[in-house]
Amino acid sequence: MTRYTWALCALAAFAAAGCGNRSNTLPDSADTGLGAGGFEDGASTRGAGDGSGIGISALDAEQQALLDRLVVYFQYDQAEIQPEFNAMLAAHGRYLAQNPNASVRLEGHADERGSREYNIGLGERRAQAVRRALALQGASNEQLSTVSYGEERPAVLGSGEEAWQLNRRVELVYR
Amino acid sequence: MRSTATGTGIRALAVIVLGLCALYGAAAHAQLQIQITRGVARPVPIAIVPFGWEGPGEQPYDLAAVITADLGSSGRFAPLPLGDLVSRPTQPAQVNFQDFRLLDVDALVIGRLTEDGPGRYTAVFQLFDVLQGRQLLGFRLTAGEADLRATAHRIADMIFEELTGIRGVFSTQIAYVSEERRPDGARRFRLIVADADGENARVIADSPQPLMSPAWSPDGRRLAYVSFEGNQSAIYVQTLRTGTRERVSARAGINGAPAFSPDGRQLALTLSRDQGNLDIYTLDLATQTLRQLTNDPAIDTEATWSPDGRYIYFTSDRAGSAQVYRMAPEPGARAERVTYEGIYNARPRVSADGRQLTVVHGRGGNVFRIAVVDIASGLTQVLTEGRQDESPDFAPNGAQIIYATRQGDRGVLASVSTDGRIHQQIGSVAGDVREPVWSPYPRP
Repeated sequence: MTRYTWALCALAAFAAAGCGNRSNTLPDSADTGLGAGGFEDGASTRGAGDGSGIGISALDAEQQALLDRLVVYFQYDQAEIQPEFNAMLAAHGRYLAQNPNASVRLEGHADERGSREYNIGLGERRAQAVRRALALQGASNEQLSTVSYGEERPAVLGSGEEAWQLNRRVELVYR
Repeated sequence: MRSTATGTGIRALAVIVLGLCALYGAAAHAQLQIQITRGVARPVPIAIVPFGWEGPGEQPYDLAAVITADLGSSGRFAPLPLGDLVSRPTQPAQVNFQDFRLLDVDALVIGRLTEDGPGRYTAVFQLFDVLQGRQLLGFRLTAGEADLRATAHRIADMIFEELTGIRGVFSTQIAYVSEERRPDGARRFRLIVADADGENARVIADSPQPLMSPAWSPDGRRLAYVSFEGNQSAIYVQTLRTGTRERVSARAGINGAPAFSPDGRQLALTLSRDQGNLDIYTLDLATQTLRQLTNDPAIDTEATWSPDGRYIYFTSDRAGSAQVYRMAPEPGARAERVTYEGIYNARPRVSADGRQLTVVHGRGGNVFRIAVVDIASGLTQVLTEGRQDESPDFAPNGAQIIYATRQGDRGVLASVSTDGRIHQQIGSVAGDVREPVWSPYPRP
């Protein structure tokens, strides 16, 4: 995640150059929804030691936490983005908008139920939903590509809702 | 930018996979074994006497054993254990029908094998009706040593058809996908072709990325399939005899679900053309002409041709959930829905007489089974009893459906007779197997 840190520090540097007052208190870094890949992150993004960096580090930590989340999960037979993933996708979308050289492959998946080629279609629908969400936040077409693996590459083996839930997903793979 | 397959551009990638032939026989890791789990109420009792051998040394092949295994595994015959035989005739003059009436068998097979020259053989067999004491069939077949097993399958086909009225499929092949999961978590996918009884399994494609959707050409000489090598789906057509293959579609987005037309000249396939929406197309393999058949926001996929080429049957969720539709293979043709029972019907395959479909069928409760649908009436009969049954395919005689199911947490193959009475398990020795497809009858 060092490239995020670099980019955010660059952002922070620009912001610091022209900013006004900033709060000295750190807001709680929200970690909403299913958290596979998401975690609290305070340690790695402490900014530079001078006073004008403190408020900006708080933003970095929250952004970083969202950008560290790379998987979106879906309900059975659905390709709708659930609200708990909106903030995460907004963060990724903005990151892509601000970093035109970055690109991400959206890998769509489905759980094992039903036929395999139809599940390729479900995985693709989900990948496209994530693609639209990122494009809305300013990511450009060239930065986004999709692939669907259907049920062919499960994250978790086995049957039952616990496994299925973890397999209905789109993974963001930065290149 | 990712590369796309242009119309006349891609004439690929002839990848020589002859090295994979070295894995012939080493594919024991995915060797199949057939077991009857449920047969007909009264299978035909039949005595198959070991063939006589006229030549030096040992018989080069035990044809009677293969014939016995074929007929027994069909679930329609009960071969007499060899230990029960009171006599072992190899010529018609030696047959004493009373010996066999005492054993309560309805039919008797005898035969003998002779060597004509180095590596050339003649097999002669007769099939008798024991009760009437008369011959039903008598044939002579000649073959080289490498074809002796195939000769036994041909004999079994002839006996099967004579006694059941149904053409035998013992001389056909199946293709299927095998997945091996190594202890370090790495996965290996293989596309395997084997005889219908699981023997002679040979790996024809081998990849660390998923392989799926194998499809036989009507002449049985090629297989189309989907491969995710390079992290993208693409469709390949591979010639079995040489192992060379051609990448026929690697367009941006999804390339999936290939199906040969009955004349072998076209492929129906699923493309998203990177618009994110799956539709069905046809591709003329000679001219590379692509035609779009469906054009709607639904998922349209899993196309398959009717045997007369008049229709393409396919899966679509345009009505809200997956159901089977059919349309003429013309752009913009009207699609009519064909399945009305159950909440989920997908992955259709058409019987050789064009009258029935077999589908993955769901009625809720996270259970998916194999069903046959009478196309004219829509009447649906569920045949299987698993929880995640999928990928059904008719045998070319229409009497049997092979499919994939689960045993514990492993993928295994199974088959069921089209009337639902006979069930076979085709377990694999190791690894996961899936997506079985049945070859056409072999060319004469």
